[in-house]
Amino acid sequence: MQSWIPLVPESASTVSWKVDALYFYLSGVTLFFTLLISTVLIFFVIRYRRRTPYEIPRPVAGSHKLETIWTVIPFVIAMTMFAWGARVYFDQYKPPENAIEVYVVGKQWMWKLQHATGQREINELHVPVNRKIKLIMTTEDVIHDFFVPAFRTKADVIPGRYVTLWFEATKTGRYHLFCAEYCGMNHSGMTGSIIVMEPREFDDWLSGNTGSTTPATAGQQLYQTLGCASCHGANGEGGRGPTLVGVFGSNQTLQTGETVRVDEGYVRESILNPQAKLVAGFGPIMPTFQGQVSEDQLLQLIAYIKSLHGAGETTPTTAASPAPAAARPGASPTRNIR
Amino acid sequence: MQAIESFEVPAPPKVNYINAQYGLKSWLLTKDHKRIALLYLGSITFFFFIGGIYALMIRLELLTPQGDFLQSTTYNKVFTQHGIIMVFFFLIPSIPATLGNFLIPMMIGAKDLAFPRINLLSWYIYILGGVVTIYALLAGGVDTGWTFYTPYSTTFSNSYVVAAGLGIFINGFSSILTGLNFIVTIHTMRAPGMTWFRMPLFLWSHYATSLIMVLGTPVIAITILLLAFERLAKVGIFNPAMGGDPVLFQHLFWFYSHPAVYIMILPSMGVISELIANFSRKNIFGYSFVAFSSLAIAVFGFLVWGHHLFVTTQSVYAGMIFSFLSFAVAIPSAIKVFNWTATLYKSSILYDTPMLYALGFIGLFTIGGMTGLFLAALGTDVHLSDTYFVIAHFHYIMVGGALMGYLGGLHYWWPKITGRMYPEGWGRFSALVIFVGFNLTFLPQFVAGYLGMPRRYHAYPPEFQVFNVLSTAGASILGFGMLIPAIYFVWSMRYGRHAEANPWHLPGLEWRTQSPPPTENFEVTPIVTWDAYEFAPREETEVVGKFGPEFERT
Repeated sequence: MQSWIPLVPESASTVSWKVDALYFYLSGVTLFFTLLISTVLIFFVIRYRRRTPYEIPRPVAGSHKLETIWTVIPFVIAMTMFAWGARVYFDQYKPPENAIEVYVVGKQWMWKLQHATGQREINELHVPVNRKIKLIMTTEDVIHDFFVPAFRTKADVIPGRYVTLWFEATKTGRYHLFCAEYCGMNHSGMTGSIIVMEPREFDDWLSGNTGSTTPATAGQQLYQTLGCASCHGANGEGGRGPTLVGVFGSNQTLQTGETVRVDEGYVRESILNPQAKLVAGFGPIMPTFQGQVSEDQLLQLIAYIKSLHGAGETTPTTAASPAPAAARPGASPTRNIR
Repeated sequence: MQAIESFEVPAPPKVNYINAQYGLKSWLLTKDHKRIALLYLGSITFFFFIGGIYALMIRLELLTPQGDFLQSTTYNKVFTQHGIIMVFFFLIPSIPATLGNFLIPMMIGAKDLAFPRINLLSWYIYILGGVVTIYALLAGGVDTGWTFYTPYSTTFSNSYVVAAGLGIFINGFSSILTGLNFIVTIHTMRAPGMTWFRMPLFLWSHYATSLIMVLGTPVIAITILLLAFERLAKVGIFNPAMGGDPVLFQHLFWFYSHPAVYIMILPSMGVISELIANFSRKNIFGYSFVAFSSLAIAVFGFLVWGHHLFVTTQSVYAGMIFSFLSFAVAIPSAIKVFNWTATLYKSSILYDTPMLYALGFIGLFTIGGMTGLFLAALGTDVHLSDTYFVIAHFHYIMVGGALMGYLGGLHYWWPKITGRMYPEGWGRFSALVIFVGFNLTFLPQFVAGYLGMPRRYHAYPPEFQVFNVLSTAGASILGFGMLIPAIYFVWSMRYGRHAEANPWHLPGLEWRTQSPPPTENFEVTPIVTWDAYEFAPREETEVVGKFGPEFERT
């Protein structure tokens, strides 16, 4: 720790300096107007103090010109803040291409994280420096919030939804992870660390944590044990139910004629509430799996479906994983194990 | 100049609203708006005291990084109850129910509010809501945060959520009735000649506040009802496991609770307009701009709730619209600050205690308002939301703004309310102590917030300790500063110097009757021929009222 008192937290991501720049602009404007108002106030208070008990100053009606000036100038300044703020917001929330995906499940009062390569972590996340990391997050119970001050980003993690958050760390080191949304008794204990490492060290860390199955593999096993294969085909090729190969990220036509983009949220809904959005040409025969699969298992099933890709396609997941086996056509999930 | 010297200090009036009747029954069944205001004054002071004790417990806990003073379950209840008590039982009723209740009829030259019985009813409803909430606190407390976010509040919390919610639900009706009473009173009971644009700005701001009370409060009532329904009947409204949407609760909650911030600050702005004009003996610069900016705040205030959800999976475009509107609502507030400042130009400023509070308000409200822009800007809000920056920002608005206005107004109208003067020296001293203590408490929290210290943390990483130590030191000074007026106000009710009818020589209608006023406020219905803050009446002979023209041009 520095011996002086810092005013700004460590800046360790690609967006943190953008947030800082906006913060300094806002601070400058705030300081300017606060000083302006207080200087003028103090000057008036001294200059126009009551000198005799009975003096009545000349009334002033007001001035439309002045009113216009001090309406328009603050409005223009406010709009620069608005536009700048919106610009930074886009950078913070626009999910990048080709990011390493990490699944995050919040629960009272811990963060459970799993890498696409299978490594599980609790309250710690190891990531390589200068790589885009995309978190796909949900929670088992109440609302939590994944907040990393050094990266200047956070997102509420909502039960029943998948929230994505991304960052690209620019400096190695250990950074605070906080739960920023009040979540009950041990809310202030729901903290952890993001450990940013050099790529080589990260690879060492990954290989030192082998033995865990990847989410996709675990999902493939679930796919069999839950009986999904009986309708969707042994390898997701389809049957009484629609095919699952290559659908993730594509648009599906529904029975109603609408189209829906197949993302994490849609897959989740189709597992828990299958009748909600039926794919065109298929009947409402699938039972609900509500209450039978945990949040972790849902993420594993999603990872499995993501890994089912048609020929010649690559997936964002594998682009970053050390073992890009899942990208191979018709990949057998067992081959994904490093 | 001779007029004012021959103006004699009247002996304390023999019959006034306080000594008109005796006995507990005469107070508990009173229909006099002034007595009801005093009932409110006593009860909100009681709640302020409870909320203040919770605040000191929070600050004591945060003195050290470890959670060593309170257990986390206790700490969670303490900050929740601090919020609930301060927001719903102190800040929202503070100025409207006491000063507003007392002064609205007097300022428009009426004998009472339009519905005196409803006014008394609103106090009883407030007390009932308060009793239910206190029951919830004593029975075991509530730990959801004052925001009651679902699904924690509906499914996971094992505390007295429904009881506390019921207290707030009941209390809301008191707010609605007060607002309704004010609106009807201002529309129908103005004295002859009291046109809308002759009304003191205190009335404009209370009119705007009342609109929010009447239109917004039903939404929080419905929201709490849904929450209780889900908790008791296990219906899936907010719980995603039963098909509900937890974020829906946040939309409904903030649809009321953001405008509620304006319920707190608008009356205070009204007080500040009175203080600035009257203590500088100058009509408010840009009267109509200040008046309409209150209405603009009330209207725009309903359209900005989404800025509480910038990090809650709201779409980026919805976020942009709410961000834009949040910047827009800042403009009417800026207009007020500029006009108050301009009013002081070439004026004649008296630095009595109320004016010190008014000047403090302008400075603190400027900081509070400007730091709101950090949270309206999307890019910075993502980093700052749910940190101590937010805590510091809204305390600058609610304590630096609303509470400063309340204290300033209480000092200003104290002679009218009680017929006694507060001790001026102690008043100025405590205003200064409160100002210093307040800034020391909350300025460091801006820095801690940007450094990333999350709110509602019972224990925190050691690097934030320096800011928390400063904050706790400031809170001690602030608490000490608050005790001084508490003591001298009580003291002055018995031992204070008798106040004359118009101790500050002001033109407002409330100063044209005795102190304390008679039950019917005015001996004759006044006929108003002057504008608000007209210190140099154009035709002095026209001024009607017991204490006629008192001013001379210089």
